[in-house]
Amino acid sequence: MSDSPGDGAPRPTDSPGDGAPRPTDPPGDGAPRLADLPSDLRSAPVPPLAADDHVRGPPGAPLVIVYADFACSFCALANERLRAAGVRYAFRHFALRAKHPRAVALACAAEAAGRQGSFWEMHDALFADQGRLDDPHLWERASGLGLDIGRFERDRRDAAVVARVQRDVHSGLRAGVAVTPTLFVAGEAQPGPPDPQRLGALFTGAPAHRPDTV
Amino acid sequence: MTVLAPGTPVPPFALGTEEGGRFTEADLDGHTTVLVFYPFAFSPVCSEQLSLYEEVLGELEAQGARIYGVSCDSSYSQRAFREQLGVSIPQLSDWEPKGAACRAFGVLHDGGFPERALVIVGPDRTVRWSHQAASPGDLPGANVLFDGLATAGATAPRS
Repeated sequence: MSDSPGDGAPRPTDSPGDGAPRPTDPPGDGAPRLADLPSDLRSAPVPPLAADDHVRGPPGAPLVIVYADFACSFCALANERLRAAGVRYAFRHFALRAKHPRAVALACAAEAAGRQGSFWEMHDALFADQGRLDDPHLWERASGLGLDIGRFERDRRDAAVVARVQRDVHSGLRAGVAVTPTLFVAGEAQPGPPDPQRLGALFTGAPAHRPDTV
Repeated sequence: MTVLAPGTPVPPFALGTEEGGRFTEADLDGHTTVLVFYPFAFSPVCSEQLSLYEEVLGELEAQGARIYGVSCDSSYSQRAFREQLGVSIPQLSDWEPKGAACRAFGVLHDGGFPERALVIVGPDRTVRWSHQAASPGDLPGANVLFDGLATAGATAPRS
């Protein structure tokens, strides 16, 4: 493999010229780094669905927008509960380097799988086994899904994939996302995994619940 | 007790740095400073908060702002907390006399720990913007910081 440091291969996520080492960079895990975020991080409403948003669930059902991180076990729980409740939801990345060293790499891996039509399959596979999130485990998953591994490897480091993840993180930051998962129902933020007994209330205008721990 | 309002000159204070030095009002001169008062090192919400703000450090720096975490924990605890999180935001300790600086900024909780509050101080040692969370468990998003910086810039005195 050509993953070893110093092989001279361009890394699209390295921002040339910023020079200063950042102590928060995860050491040597090969994770792509998000490019510098766009300049305006002031408050803005959560963006409506875009054509390239990842959406699943019954067509026509009310939509939940979920900001989540593949290295977050509470997000895995939220996904399970949303699926069980038959909710229609859009997944958006909220991958923070400082929160989970693998968060950005996993987000990019899901996007790369998406380029081969397997975003949700990779999404589910990542959430299904939170103990195995290193690169060899990604290759195992990609292989199991029948993906072209060479293409998967190139795509998950592609600048456009990193930018796609960054777009979600940026919109989440502006919408006030502070913890994962955060669900938006009719534009209102609800932090924490949804209580299954109250999931129905998402659509009835009942007061939003507060998470037990954030 | 409420957090210092915009327009208030910062009173004299002293906080301890991780290196064993002192951080006082004089260290505010010439920079826009963001002070993040948080209740406790290693507590769940505080961990989320510093990780979140770490993500936007580059943009804070691009806007010429310096950010610090402030709590009543000892510098040793703060360093261990920062290193465990893997964040680089410098920490300032209000350890001895405990809570004195938090009291000066109007953010000392009755329980002896800082309220969760954000204070933006201008290069002239004047508070430009401040925010105190409704409860210590509420986490202001990064957007709140940048709204504050925008407000702070807009209210800056013309020089």
